[in-house]
Amino acid sequence: MEMLESMLLAHPFLAGMDPGFGHLLFGCARNLRFAPGTFLFREGESADEFYLLREGRVALQLHIPGRSPLVIATLGDGDLVGASWLVAPYRWSYDALATAPTRAFGLNAACLREKSEVDHHLGYEMMRRLVPVMVKRMQAARHQLIDVYGRPPT
Amino acid sequence: MIPALPPDTMMPEPWRVRSVVRESADVYTLGLESLSSPVPPFLPGQFNMLYAFGVGEVPISLSGDAADVSGFVHTIRAVGAVSTALSQAQPDSVLGLRGPFGCGWPLTEASGHDILIVAGGLGLAPLRPVIYHLLAHSEHFGRITILHGSRSPAEILFRSELAMWQTRPDVSVAITVDHADPTWHGHVGVVPALVERAVFDPPGTIAFVCGPEVMMRFSAAALLAAGVGANRIHVSMERNMKCAIGLCGHCQFGADFVCRDGPVLPYDRIAKRLAVPEL
Ligand SMILES: Cc1cc2nc3c(=O)[nH]c(=O)nc-3n(C[C@H](O)[C@H](O)[C@H](O)COP(=O)(O)OP(=O)(O)OC[C@H]3O[C@@H](n4cnc5c(N)ncnc54)[C@H](O)[C@@H]3O)c2cc1C
Ligand code: FES
Repeated sequence: MEMLESMLLAHPFLAGMDPGFGHLLFGCARNLRFAPGTFLFREGESADEFYLLREGRVALQLHIPGRSPLVIATLGDGDLVGASWLVAPYRWSYDALATAPTRAFGLNAACLREKSEVDHHLGYEMMRRLVPVMVKRMQAARHQLIDVYGRPPT
Repeated sequence: MIPALPPDTMMPEPWRVRSVVRESADVYTLGLESLSSPVPPFLPGQFNMLYAFGVGEVPISLSGDAADVSGFVHTIRAVGAVSTALSQAQPDSVLGLRGPFGCGWPLTEASGHDILIVAGGLGLAPLRPVIYHLLAHSEHFGRITILHGSRSPAEILFRSELAMWQTRPDVSVAITVDHADPTWHGHVGVVPALVERAVFDPPGTIAFVCGPEVMMRFSAAALLAAGVGANRIHVSMERNMKCAIGLCGHCQFGADFVCRDGPVLPYDRIAKRLAVPEL
C-alpha cells in the first residue's frame, strides 16, 4: 500500500506535492490496467474518475457520423487524462481508448471534489497543476484548428 | 558595399529533370542534372531559384545530399502557378536554375553538440541535407533527435527514410500528426508537444527548426521553455523573392534580406520581428 502511495506521489503530474496532500489523494485513488482496445471512458458517460497514466498510450477520439472516429490527441507516460470531472454536468465529451498496454492511477472525482471542498489548500494545489495542462491542451487544439500544413487559401 | 557577384547569377541555366518521385498528393521530388556548367557545391539549408519556362521562377530549398555532386534534388509542393508547373515537370524536361543561394544551417557551430531537428510538413525537405550530413559525420555530433509534424499520416514526408534513421542507435525519431483515424498508432498532436516529450539535454543542444511560420514560432517557444537558449535555435525563413542575391529588397524581413542573410537565421535575432504581422 505504502509503495503504491509513493508511486502515486512520484507521478510527474504530482511532482513536489506535499506528502500530506498525497495521502489525501491516495484515499481517492485506485491502480488500473487497460488492455489495448479497451476504453478508459466513452463520450456521454459520467465523468466520475480521471486518470494519471503511468505508462502506455491513450487516444482521445471523437465520433463523426458516417466516418471513422477522428483521433484528436494521443497521451502517454506521465500524462493526465480527462478534465470533464471538473465541470458540471460531469460527462465525458470524447472517448479515451487505450492503444497500448496501459497502467494508470484512477482518481475518484467525487471523492476528490469533496476533499477539496473541505481542504481548499488541496483544491488549490490540484488546480495549480491542472490549469497549465488544460491551457497547453487548449493552445494545442487551437494550433490544430489553424491547420498550419493545410493548403493556403487561394 | 555590395560584394561583386559572378556576372551570370541572374541568368537561369538549363537543368534536365532526371527523376520524379511523388511523395504525396501534392508534393514531388525532382532530381536534376546540369546541361551546361559543372554542379556547384551547396550547403545544407541553401536554396535555388527554379524557373518553369514561361510561368515563373521561385525559391526552392535543396533537399538532397550535399555529398552527391552528380546533381541537385528539390522537393516541391504545388501551391500556385509556378510550384504546380515545377511539380508537374516530366523526366527529361528542362527547367531553368540559378543558385545555390543563401546561408546554410550552422553546422560548424553545431559540432560537439546534441542536435534537435524540428520539422513541420514540407520543412523536412530543407532539413534532409542536414540529417544526411549529421549521419555521415556523427562522430562530430552528440545525440540526434528528429521531431517531425505532419497534417495526417498520408502526408508524412520521406517516411521510409524516417523509419531507417530511427534504427540508428544515435538517432531518435518522433513523428506526430494533427489528425488521424484509429488505424494510425503513432502520436497525434502538434509539434511543440513533441518537444515537451523529447529526451534531450537543453543546455548542450542546438536546434534547427523549419516549417510553416506559425509552427516555428510555437516550436521555438517550446524549445525556450525547455531551456534551449534563443541563440542556439535556428529557423529557416520564407519570403517572396525576385533576385535572390540581395539586390531588389523583395525578401526584406526587418533588417535582413532573407535571400542573402538567411534563409537560416538565429532565433534571437528575429524573435521580435516574428511577432510583427506586417513584416
Ligand atoms: C528560401 C525558400 C525556400 C523554399 N523552399 C521550398 C521548398 O523546398 N519546397 C517548396 O515547395 N516550397 C519552398 N518554398 C516556397 C516556394 O517558394 C513557394 O511555394 C512558391 O514561391 C509559391 O509560388 P507559386 O507561384 O507556386 O504560388 P503563388 O501563386 O505565389 O502562391 C499561391 C498560394 O500559395 C501561397 N504561398 C506562397 N508561398 C507559400 C509558402 N512558402 N508556403 C505556403 N503557402 C505559400 C500564397 O499565399 C498563395 O495563396 C521556399 C521559399 C523560400 C523563400
Ligand atoms: S530577393 Fe531580391 S533582395 Fe532578396
